[in-house]
Amino acid sequence: MRRWLANAWGKPRFLLLFTLAYFAWSLVPILVAIRFSFNEGRSRSTAQGWSTRWYWSDPDLSVRNDPDLIGALSQSLTLAAIAVAVTVPLGVALAVGLTRWRGRVATASRFGSMIPLVTPEIVMGVALLLVFVHVFGFIPLGTEAQAIGHVTFSLAFVLIIVRGRLLSIGPEYEEAARDLGASPLQSLRLALLPLLVPAVVASAIIVFAISMDDFVVSAYLSAGAATDTVPVRIYSTGRTAPTPALNALASLTLGVTILIALVLFVVWRLVRRRRGAEDPTAEAFAA
Amino acid sequence: MSERPRERGRHSLLWPGLALPGIVWLCLFFLVPFYVVLGVAFGTVDPLFLTPQPEWNPLRWDPHAFEFVWEGLASGGGFRTVFLRTFAYVAIAVAISLAIAYPVAYYVARFGGRFKGLLLAGLVAPFLISYLMRMLAWINLLQEDGWVNAVLMWVHVLDTPRTWLDGRASSVILGLVYGYVPFMILPLYAFLDRVDRSLLEAARDLGASRFHAFRLVTLPLSTPAILAGCVIIALPMFGDYYTPDLLSGSPNTSLLGNQIDLYIRGGQQVPVGAALVVCLMLLLAVFMAYYLYATARAERRLGR
Repeated sequence: MRRWLANAWGKPRFLLLFTLAYFAWSLVPILVAIRFSFNEGRSRSTAQGWSTRWYWSDPDLSVRNDPDLIGALSQSLTLAAIAVAVTVPLGVALAVGLTRWRGRVATASRFGSMIPLVTPEIVMGVALLLVFVHVFGFIPLGTEAQAIGHVTFSLAFVLIIVRGRLLSIGPEYEEAARDLGASPLQSLRLALLPLLVPAVVASAIIVFAISMDDFVVSAYLSAGAATDTVPVRIYSTGRTAPTPALNALASLTLGVTILIALVLFVVWRLVRRRRGAEDPTAEAFAA
Repeated sequence: MSERPRERGRHSLLWPGLALPGIVWLCLFFLVPFYVVLGVAFGTVDPLFLTPQPEWNPLRWDPHAFEFVWEGLASGGGFRTVFLRTFAYVAIAVAISLAIAYPVAYYVARFGGRFKGLLLAGLVAPFLISYLMRMLAWINLLQEDGWVNAVLMWVHVLDTPRTWLDGRASSVILGLVYGYVPFMILPLYAFLDRVDRSLLEAARDLGASRFHAFRLVTLPLSTPAILAGCVIIALPMFGDYYTPDLLSGSPNTSLLGNQIDLYIRGGQQVPVGAALVVCLMLLLAVFMAYYLYATARAERRLGR
């Protein structure tokens, strides 16, 4: 074994096997869940023929015909769309402001804005629930409160991505624009924003994905079955669901998420190629 | 030239102005909610309607809820078991996650070769699959007539089907590892991918075996990344309540998150739930600070 490990020049084969086993373990359960969603019968644990019954044709229980299921999907997509539309501009402005603005207040705000990233979701869910019940009574639980929650926890991700890009661009382009006579706002709009486009698109992908994924905040701020998202639906009926329609709902949501993320990804590739810039966004995010 | 000073003045207001909406947002929906948690935790409960009465004035704070938690932490108390269980589950799950994440990240970073793009897509894929759907997948598999039992009986590990979803610590820990390990692999990968190859080559040239080069160069270099990876998955695990609910549903595997959920949404003792949230935050403060500090340091490197 020792000699085999010390094998000097070949690729370590046991690591390859380990990695392949990881990928199998990580993806096969999902494929199995998708497979059960196409079951002919009602079982969610054994294969029983193939049909699209639980997606489409069952008159009461399919995703299409059960208002709770299709409602959950539309609620998830609504919240994700609002989250992207609000968080991305808010986060980009915050990132640009906090990166270029020097001083003690800026440093403190920069540090403070990152705290949501490391706060366990249940803490944020409880805090937001209590604030909407006891202080901001004029904001009702349901879509409004959920959307505010989603913006709050995704802001830090936009901040990381855009800040990573800003730090690698440096202030030189704006300074050049200023020297050539542009006003501060013009230099921001004409020199900096175009350079930030890849980071903006990357932020949109991330915000969309984490909003679709969120469970705790959506559950705590839900006003009842009508504002349940897909993850909340899975939580409340996952153990007891009588049919594979829940699998169908989850698979459908996954399909929609991947589709939208893919479209945004293609956009990202296109703008990045057009800018021709090296982009450290992904690494900055991962770190 | 005469315009310059005035413009500078405006310039210096531009950046705070840009940051302002975001800062106001975070104050309203992050800072204020925290104060409300404190207010509720130190507040009282309406004797008639059992609704919490927050106390906004710190001078009149009532530590009743914290005393309740403190008594529960005494030996034999209910919270003590839950706290210890939470620590144990998180520690085991993080250790298993690291044992899985490091080799995978290391292989993809160093030996991915021309399949690197594909492998990376596989590492990112779980991020697009909702956590709850991944738990649902395991609920399907772990049913009594599910495929896990079928496979285990086929290879004769089990003679009769086992009920996996009935309060088993192993199922909950499996769920935690399965759910959070992708969040550890990606940062580890990002770090290992950047490790300077020439350092490894130097070690090999000086006679180190591949294993020694790894142990003496790569491993020590990656210690901060390992710590950051452990922290970033441990933090959400400490607040998790849905994994035990879905994969066990029994009080035998109840975690800190389950207790918070129970007290906050159970209705009658909301201040205790809020007090538990405060305790959780105090407990995790060190980890959170460490992670933020590590991120800031990485950013400074990037900015240079």
